Amino acid sequence: MTKLTSTQIAWRAAQDIDDGAYVNLGIGFPEMVAKFQPPGRQAIFHTENGILGFGEAPAPGLEDWDLINAGKKAVTLKPGTAFFHHADSFAMVRGGHLDVAILGAYEVAENGDLANWSTGPKGVPAVGGAMDLVHGAKRVAVITEHVTKDGKPKLVQKCALPLTGVGCVTRVYTSLAVVDIQDGHFVLREKLAGLSFDELQSLTGATLHLDGDVADLIVPEL
Amino acid sequence: MDKTLPDLAAAVAGIEDGMTVMIGGFGGSGAPIELIHALIDRHIATGHPTNLTVVNNNAGNGHVGLAALIEQGIVAKLICSFPRSADPRVFTDLYLAGKIELELVPQGTLAERIRAGGAGIPAFYTPTSYGTDLARGKKIEEFEGRPYVQERWLKADYALVKADKGDRLGNLTYRMAARNFGPLMCMAAKTAIVQVSQLVEPGTIDPETVITPGIFVQGLVEVANPAQEEDLNRANAVYPEPVQ
Repeated sequence: MTKLTSTQIAWRAAQDIDDGAYVNLGIGFPEMVAKFQPPGRQAIFHTENGILGFGEAPAPGLEDWDLINAGKKAVTLKPGTAFFHHADSFAMVRGGHLDVAILGAYEVAENGDLANWSTGPKGVPAVGGAMDLVHGAKRVAVITEHVTKDGKPKLVQKCALPLTGVGCVTRVYTSLAVVDIQDGHFVLREKLAGLSFDELQSLTGATLHLDGDVADLIVPEL
Repeated sequence: MDKTLPDLAAAVAGIEDGMTVMIGGFGGSGAPIELIHALIDRHIATGHPTNLTVVNNNAGNGHVGLAALIEQGIVAKLICSFPRSADPRVFTDLYLAGKIELELVPQGTLAERIRAGGAGIPAFYTPTSYGTDLARGKKIEEFEGRPYVQERWLKADYALVKADKGDRLGNLTYRMAARNFGPLMCMAAKTAIVQVSQLVEPGTIDPETVITPGIFVQGLVEVANPAQEEDLNRANAVYPEPVQ
């Protein structure tokens, strides 16, 4: 059994984004989701600094530094791009206008709590838009490795790290499984075919519940 | 009416010790580099202003613009959402040494606090930060069965903002995502000073396309071909330039 790569996790998350959905992708790893929209579907991407409907990165040397995303990387214009100021941008976020936000995580708890902004009191704290994004999008999904580099579960009963938001996550795409959060429980939807339920449970910090069939998590080589 | 100012030095001449200054920009986009450098020049020449509270989304990058202002020791407190960048060493070192105060605010809350300051709304409720460390000590109230955090307006003595076109009445347009905090900060400051890439005659900007109406702007100065922070950093620029 080979766990999914980050690219494959991003691909899986992209399959659940509908045509025409308004989507915010968190800085870093989640940005990859944009590359894997299924043919025939076109989502409209929102970036907190004030662009809706931007295109991919320009070729090196063609950057315009007034045209960047929330990660401060250069993006491009597309037909239908809109610009707006920061208060309008976060009205889109908090006002329930986004369909999906896909974010990274340090920890996700079975009640939907998310910790993804701080690893503790050391260093310089920085939050950006993380605490805003977890509120307002109709669906808040997380993409993450199933366990940390030291093998500790990232899906837990209760987050130990500082929270970004309370009860906000509804689906988690991991390197091993797709897990929904429903009524304070993790509900297993898909898992890698070569992985037994018991193995997956042993790598998860809270009880995995079943609600109907568990599908195989099938992702192409990327 | 003519809100244009003779030069950059005149544009920053009124900023006094201890004032709160909002500085536009998200990272480098929209950062009013020339206005910030003029403020640094004034501090080097006169020793003033000092002890500023600065409001910006970030905490500077490299050794130009906001980072250079912080490096001069002019900033006592920073109110921002994300004090990290490709090269955040100037702020990081001062913060870890306890030499600069940080008020960390979620980005959307920061924008709305500034907007509220400009709109005459002293407080509002937001779901953002509920149940987190950043809501500690703040009033919580339920609306329609959900908890919300009370946040207060944010106002400033001065705003330093970069816009694209401006006329002498203060009507402004912005360039792409460089708009970010500019329109909000112009509203929230007693005195909003704007560097425009192009100063135009009233009537040149189509009224349908005005983003900041002139009522929110107190002074303009033209800076043609303004520097981009990202370009300066890629060239390893330092402000002020070290004496050889």
